[in-house]
Amino acid sequence: MPSLILTRFRQGKRTLRYPDTEPALPDRFRGLPILDHARCPSGCTSCVDACPTEAITSDGGLQIDIGRCLFCPECANACPEGAIRFTSQYQLATTNRDDLILAEGKSLRLARRLAEQIHRILGRSLKLRQLSAGGCNGCEADVNVLNTVVFDLGRFGIQFVASPRHADGLLITGAITQNMRLALEKTYAAISEPNIVIAVGACAISGGPFRDHPEVLNGAGSIVPVDLYIPGCPPHPLTILDGLLRLIGKIKES
Amino acid sequence: MKPRACLVSVEMATALLSFHSGEAIPLQDIPNLSIAEFRTAILSAVSSTCTLAALYGMPAQNGHVRLIAVAADSVTNSLSILSTKVSQSYPCLTLECPQAHWFEREIAEQWQIHPEGHPWLKPIRFHAPYRSGNSVSPAPVPGVTDFFAMAGPEVHEVAVGPVHAGIIEPGHFRFQCHGEDVFHLEISLGYQHRGVERALVGGPGKRTIHLMETLCGDSSIGHSTAYCEAIEALGGTAVSARAQVMRGVALELERLANHTGDLGALAGDVGYLPTAAYCGRIRGDFLNSTAALCGSRFGRGLIRPGGVGFDLDKPLIAKLQQQLEAALRDVQGAVALLWGSSSVQARFEHIGTISRQTCEALGLVGPAARACGVERDIRQDFPSGIFRFAQIPISKWDSGDVFARAWVRWLEIQRSGAFVREQLSSLPEGPILTPSRPLLPNHLVVSFVEGWRGEICHVAITDGAGSFAHYKVVDPSFHNWIGLAIAMRDQQISDFPLCNKSFNLSYCGHDL
Repeated sequence: MPSLILTRFRQGKRTLRYPDTEPALPDRFRGLPILDHARCPSGCTSCVDACPTEAITSDGGLQIDIGRCLFCPECANACPEGAIRFTSQYQLATTNRDDLILAEGKSLRLARRLAEQIHRILGRSLKLRQLSAGGCNGCEADVNVLNTVVFDLGRFGIQFVASPRHADGLLITGAITQNMRLALEKTYAAISEPNIVIAVGACAISGGPFRDHPEVLNGAGSIVPVDLYIPGCPPHPLTILDGLLRLIGKIKES
Repeated sequence: MKPRACLVSVEMATALLSFHSGEAIPLQDIPNLSIAEFRTAILSAVSSTCTLAALYGMPAQNGHVRLIAVAADSVTNSLSILSTKVSQSYPCLTLECPQAHWFEREIAEQWQIHPEGHPWLKPIRFHAPYRSGNSVSPAPVPGVTDFFAMAGPEVHEVAVGPVHAGIIEPGHFRFQCHGEDVFHLEISLGYQHRGVERALVGGPGKRTIHLMETLCGDSSIGHSTAYCEAIEALGGTAVSARAQVMRGVALELERLANHTGDLGALAGDVGYLPTAAYCGRIRGDFLNSTAALCGSRFGRGLIRPGGVGFDLDKPLIAKLQQQLEAALRDVQGAVALLWGSSSVQARFEHIGTISRQTCEALGLVGPAARACGVERDIRQDFPSGIFRFAQIPISKWDSGDVFARAWVRWLEIQRSGAFVREQLSSLPEGPILTPSRPLLPNHLVVSFVEGWRGEICHVAITDGAGSFAHYKVVDPSFHNWIGLAIAMRDQQISDFPLCNKSFNLSYCGHDL
């Protein structure tokens, strides 16, 4: 018993003072990519060619789809002029799929609060069922850490539950394999209305690195309507938490 | 008695080609045997000191399938390879060599080659066959197969998954129970099947390294290192000492994070919340060290063909050392509570026991095997990179139960911690990346990495143009899922979460 108390004392209080205080992220963290078109040499397609998931296109002006982006360093490394770089902005979640496509003069519009009527029902207590369907266990792991003492998801009124019958919504990870299609449809059907669907990670949004494999369906959007897109590969736990809190209005749209 | 090495007999020496991991060999040198010779050579190898690291099929001319076997001898530290051609069926190996059982199920599912006499021939991933022709079977439905069943009074079946109660990957579990007692557990996977191996054919391309990082995302470092070592061997690329050390540090950080998380989860499954809460957080501290290295908590972007994608400087090394010492101190305190709690020990001991004999027969790998007293660790047996120079002692225990699997993890945490500490303080100078060169055409290479779950084996084969004609990935979970099923026999069904967590296997690494 004394060792238990002593250990408890030594481990300290570890819960982030988030969202009141901005947490520190590693210097090399790759958050929101920004494009500086002015630096692009004419006719250069280095970043387009380097991108493993065709997230960057240059037809009609450079644009990047952060729903497909793996946040890997390849494009920034390939650019001879530093026209594309990753910032430390971890807030990336959006309400619409199109909002994830960034172009000149089109900056990221972060997720908005649920519509008033649904917010009144789900805003203070949100129970989510998690469905993993063709990812890599990276997104699952970084969703799971929200339950640790560091993030302490429960203090925001959000909880992962063990049955779709107990859930207000579905949090989906993975590219949706052919082999999980039926399970996704049945799980979604078992959740009562009104409900919400959250797609976490490049796979669930667009198929990620598995995009266009015949064994996958390129994300959740082809099967169920999605209310919140949280990009990343995997998204940082704070990116996920920020998205969830914006959805329920605990972080205001700035 | 000194174990007999597997290349002693004269007829076998001619049947097998002996080589080393990370050594590119010409395809024409791979012995092509008759099926009878192929079987005899494998059975002889595994009856001495070899384990079956890979056994798989790939397309051959005229609609045939070429079976390739890689046997690993941890006594002579060498590999043997052999192959044969089959068209419809062959007498199965499983009856005489149980560790072939899952490989042969895979061969049957992928190539419609029937291993005659296989006692357990069911799909493992539920996909349409890769070879058309022989029989027109309807597309398989995941989880629909002839499950083992029991009958009798008070016998009942419990089905779980593919969607689970927690935040876990999908899989289906069928328990045959009598009251609370589990007579048999059958595990049916394939829900995560994303067609990774098929997508690798024709590569390497710009997506290849990303598929390696995500085919089993909690082992990104392990799999991307195995891949890079394979193509560096095929391209004759020499990796700098500095990059090799950084790869080793990243691999051990991956092990530290996952073992710490597993000990916390084991504590949670027996209701011991202090360690569960602390380890959940400390796991994140190790992941954050990897993120300090490369920006990603899972090491994405770090391991690249020819070396590593990010360098370390003195301030960052100092920061990593500081983070490491704090995390190691915290994990020491958190885990010590487990061993000091009699209620935890009572729940860990004699639960989910696997005998050494069963472990060796099934060919289990990693901490699960070392917890049965088996001295098997790629870092010792087939070391590559920095592990050729800096050896980490093998951690083992011999009780084969949940306690042993937890204790081996704890030993490994301490030894990996000491390794990272030592390597960070003596990082060699030099470049971090060597430019890649074209791959040798018509060659094969086998690379091995001891991931945190165990033996990661990649087999790359190039075609005449130096592209991948075939790429085989064997994740440690491929060997170990059967271990979980066997560990559950004669246990209470309520011990399943504990047994499951003591293995903590990968669904996506298996399903690919």
